[in-house]
Amino acid sequence: MLDDFLVRAALAGLGVAVAAAPLGCFVVWRRMAYFGEATAHAGILGVALALALSVPMMPAILITALAMAAAVSLLTGRGYTMDTALGVLAHSALALGLVAVSLLTNARIDLSSFLFGDILAVGKSDLAIIWGGAALIVGLLVWRWSALLASTLNPDLARASGIDPRREEWGLTLALALTVAVAIKVVGVLLITALLIIPPAAARPLTRTPEAMALVATIIAAIAAIGGLGASYQFDTPAGPSIVCLTAAMFLLTALFRKK
Amino acid sequence: MTAPLISTRDLTLRLGGRDVLRDVTVDIAAGEIVTIVGPNGSGKSSFLRALIGAIDPARGSVTRRAGLRIGYVPQKLAIDASLPLTVQRFLSLPRRIRGAQARAALERAGVPGLLTQQMVQLSGGQFQRVLLARALLGEPELLLLDEATQGLDQPGAAAFYHQIEEVRQAIGCAVVMVSHDLHVVMAASDRVLCMNGHLCCAGTPEVVASAPAYRALFGTGTQGALALYRHEHSHSHDHAAAPEDGTADAHQHAHEHGPH
Repeated sequence: MLDDFLVRAALAGLGVAVAAAPLGCFVVWRRMAYFGEATAHAGILGVALALALSVPMMPAILITALAMAAAVSLLTGRGYTMDTALGVLAHSALALGLVAVSLLTNARIDLSSFLFGDILAVGKSDLAIIWGGAALIVGLLVWRWSALLASTLNPDLARASGIDPRREEWGLTLALALTVAVAIKVVGVLLITALLIIPPAAARPLTRTPEAMALVATIIAAIAAIGGLGASYQFDTPAGPSIVCLTAAMFLLTALFRKK
Repeated sequence: MTAPLISTRDLTLRLGGRDVLRDVTVDIAAGEIVTIVGPNGSGKSSFLRALIGAIDPARGSVTRRAGLRIGYVPQKLAIDASLPLTVQRFLSLPRRIRGAQARAALERAGVPGLLTQQMVQLSGGQFQRVLLARALLGEPELLLLDEATQGLDQPGAAAFYHQIEEVRQAIGCAVVMVSHDLHVVMAASDRVLCMNGHLCCAGTPEVVASAPAYRALFGTGTQGALALYRHEHSHSHDHAAAPEDGTADAHQHAHEHGPH
């Protein structure tokens, strides 16, 4: 069954949806959309690093994504606003990554597959990485759920309950870096944030508790992944953008529901 | 005499490279109501955050009695509209509680029957009381309130303080609160700490109200509400121990408060 490229693609899309949607809820609640974008852009630097050193993509992307988070906290610690720090770093990382990849003369790679994903080329080992990463992310979220929620509401309130909000924040950063690493093959660095933000945003009008929002977001993301892939096959459109388009359509639908 | 619930010894707090509070030595005894007053930026909120462990002392120490149960009501809690959260779920953070427990806490805080409301739809007064209810859940021995009446009108604030007194009567906890509302708060307090970068003076409300340091900060005649709204002052302290960092204006307190 895994020999069929469409089945592999569907499983890859599902894996990313299951990880990105609940994590994306925290990204939305904490207003970290731009931070997610910066982390994703750092992924292309990771690709360049992996090609230059001939090391596997996954750890290289993880490392650059985490380095991005460290750089952001360094810059904001020096008095730059979050917005500015992210604006500088996100686009610098993307540009630097693109330049670095093109400088690697022996690298015959298709840049657009890293920018927009290449879900139809997902192999069995990719699947193992995607589902392994997704399991780690979901595991972390389930394990730390209450502490993460309390820290998101108010760091001091969390502190008074014996939770270290800084540690929880690093957990989220790590999960975000991991998401970039597993999603890059599926939707590419430019559209990863869409999978983080849009499903939770679409789930919001339908839900009354944080847990329900995470669950509904995951369902929406899963439907969009399968449906988008089907549409891509049907109409011969690029898979990653098709998935995001369907997610956006579902957002529109629930946004209309909210208006009532 | 029983051991104090919490003590600070020569506590100095440093934020952003600046001492916000210096050499504060305070003991909080079981069951007492202590109010901390002081102008904006006087370090009083930082002091409270140091008591819960959100700020580490630059010098000196904070000692909590072993196993001390603290309830904390933060200065402000901005819940993002993207986060669906019922009052019940909020009260269950980070530890799950039974519905009966939640109902009892809400009743004690004076807002029964809000259990299924969304947090973002509560009025200012209801919101503060739900925060109070949450702080009461752990049967605290020490209740810490940071500007808990911000955003409430005068009658709302008075009613809130009345509620605090009732709670203290009912469960016998000590209360430490930071406040702007001098004339409302001081009447209910056993002890007042007046802070302005250091502990200016402390004692019963009568003693503090007549202390020169307090008068210098808040003007004369604290009985009049005017003292709240219009106090122009600039006072400086001569200290035997000069600030080590030698910043020229580190210990010059000049405040101009325009009419609110």
